[in-house]
Amino acid sequence: MSVLVTDTGFAPLPPAPQTGVADLAHTDDPAALNLAGLTLIRVHVPAFSDGRGFTIGRRLRMLGYTGTLHAVGPMIADQYPMARRVGFDAVEIPDEIAARQPQSQWLTRASWQAHDYQARLKA
Amino acid sequence: MYSYSDFDEAFVRARVAQFTDQIERRLDGSLTEDEFRPLRLMNGLYLQLHAYMLRVAIPYGTVSPRQMRQLAMIADTWDKGYGHFTTRQNIQFNWPKLPDVPAVLTALADVEMHAIQTSGNCVRNVTADHFAGAAADEIEDPRPYAELLRQWSTDHPEFQFLPRKFKIAITGAPKDRAVTKAHDIGLRMVRNAAGETGFEVIVGGGLGRTPMIGMVVRAFLPVEDLLPYVEAVLSVYNVLGRRDNKYKARIKITLHETGQTEITRQIEARFAELKPLFGGQDQRLLADIRAAFAPPVFRTAPTDAFDAFYRADPVFRSWADTNLSPHRNDQYAIVTVSIKAHGQTPGDATSDQMRVLADLAETYGHSDLRISHEQNVILPHVHKSDLPTVHAALVKAGLGTANVGLISDIIACPGMDYCALATARSIPVAQEIALRFNELQLEHDVGPLKIKISGCINACGHHHVGHIGILGLDRAGVENYQITLGGDGSEDAVIGEKTGPGFAYDQVVPAVERIVLAYLGLRQSAEETFLQAYARVGIGPFKAALYEADARDAA
Ligand code: SF4
Repeated sequence: MSVLVTDTGFAPLPPAPQTGVADLAHTDDPAALNLAGLTLIRVHVPAFSDGRGFTIGRRLRMLGYTGTLHAVGPMIADQYPMARRVGFDAVEIPDEIAARQPQSQWLTRASWQAHDYQARLKA
Repeated sequence: MYSYSDFDEAFVRARVAQFTDQIERRLDGSLTEDEFRPLRLMNGLYLQLHAYMLRVAIPYGTVSPRQMRQLAMIADTWDKGYGHFTTRQNIQFNWPKLPDVPAVLTALADVEMHAIQTSGNCVRNVTADHFAGAAADEIEDPRPYAELLRQWSTDHPEFQFLPRKFKIAITGAPKDRAVTKAHDIGLRMVRNAAGETGFEVIVGGGLGRTPMIGMVVRAFLPVEDLLPYVEAVLSVYNVLGRRDNKYKARIKITLHETGQTEITRQIEARFAELKPLFGGQDQRLLADIRAAFAPPVFRTAPTDAFDAFYRADPVFRSWADTNLSPHRNDQYAIVTVSIKAHGQTPGDATSDQMRVLADLAETYGHSDLRISHEQNVILPHVHKSDLPTVHAALVKAGLGTANVGLISDIIACPGMDYCALATARSIPVAQEIALRFNELQLEHDVGPLKIKISGCINACGHHHVGHIGILGLDRAGVENYQITLGGDGSEDAVIGEKTGPGFAYDQVVPAVERIVLAYLGLRQSAEETFLQAYARVGIGPFKAALYEADARDAA
């Protein structure tokens, strides 16, 4: 089971749409994906210490993807702002992490727009 | 110099709060040790042999007197009264206790300092020419670009979990004092045919287990393209860099495995995507930062006192000959204060010495201080008429050693005395070499000679680019030191050549002595430096001096 984390906290994972969903591994090249018709892309992160997913998320947005984007895997609350800043809308975390790092710890990091050097430099 | 905007200030305070919270969450079990580790490292906290070590960033090596006094206060309050200046323009405190770390970080934030990204697999503290803004040969002060890079790399959401650490160095002068070719990215300011300034971008340099001199991926990068280009390099590296073997994870290996042509193609393609995303705000910020680095108002006054003193006092003359460098204003000099007194730990300064340096900078040095990658402290702007007074004050504080660029001005990593990764001691080797040559009274005669010592293959002491490099290894539980010759960290960067079998701990100093005596015997004149002589005759005569005497003795 997994928990969906957004700016408002934890929620159970909604059922995935029937169509328009793509799953990307941390080794996939986002440029090889046909974005037409996609409404949900899930980028799988094998371990919190593997940062490739951040570049994949960012590139999907740079390639013009405007649908929903999830990072999926054992990420930690401290990475929530990073995920949001590169363009993910939410993070799907395993129950084990959700139990160890409860909602309050993720909400503490929900104000991801604050203190963001990138937003300042890229305007 | 640059002073924090409200944004920087709020950022650093928020970061202290976050890390404080992370420490608590480690203690209550919310974070596992594996999860906490990278967070601790990206906040500068290392676990060493005996204790935690806090590595504080001195961005582009620039520090104000007020900041220096605060470092002294930290050394007195939470450490043992001293700090260690490193080869990456950081200062390390070796004995802080974990519960005190938030207080230390707050004390740093009080003077616009931090320990962010001084460790871990992220973009590290950006280093720069320590003579920036003062050197006579400079095209442009590189520090505004370094500050821009600091802001860009700080907490960059995409690059906090890279395959491995990532180091950037920048210089604005043709003479490379920042070892740019041994960094993941080296930026050397150049002019194009039209006279505009830009950067030569060098990628994939690095020392460590597989030493490599970086390759040029862009011969001329317009200065306004700096951030999108560097971001493109990191973005390509984050995807291609190996994560299966930490010894093959640096960009130098990525570059080798991918090939220069292919990686350059990918960087340029990514750059084309990224450039439009920078809407000009970075350039407006750069303009503000540049204004903050405006040169001081230089004084015009006679310099006869300096000339008279120079003629009259041999001790002053000797110091002036080795420790002063040409300033762009010919009434001024750049003073390198040696933190390498013979027999002391290279790079260690006491809190009292830090306060003396702060006072001198304030009174005589336009309130500017620098830390060099050679582990010395620089007073970049001193009027020549003040030099005798400054020298006298330095001597009184044990900081008057006249050895900059000479054999006892050694770079040594912490080695076995502090570092958990060390395979051999490095500090005592440096101390003994310095004492021996001081005893021989030879070092001024020998002239420019850079010895660099690392206590393990990670090469934090830059031994590969030492004119004489010494690497301490562990051979079946016994320290063994490998010697390399002819390395060079300048604009003509070269990796040194191994002489042959290594030397036992007590044989290192005699070995170095044989090398130096061989050089004195074969140089064509006192003007021919060790490195020039080495380039002329090669390694042969030095090998003979090192190994044949032994063979004869044994026979
Ligand atoms: S070279 Fe090795 S011993 Fe020296 S500081 Fe680096 S890791 Fe430690």
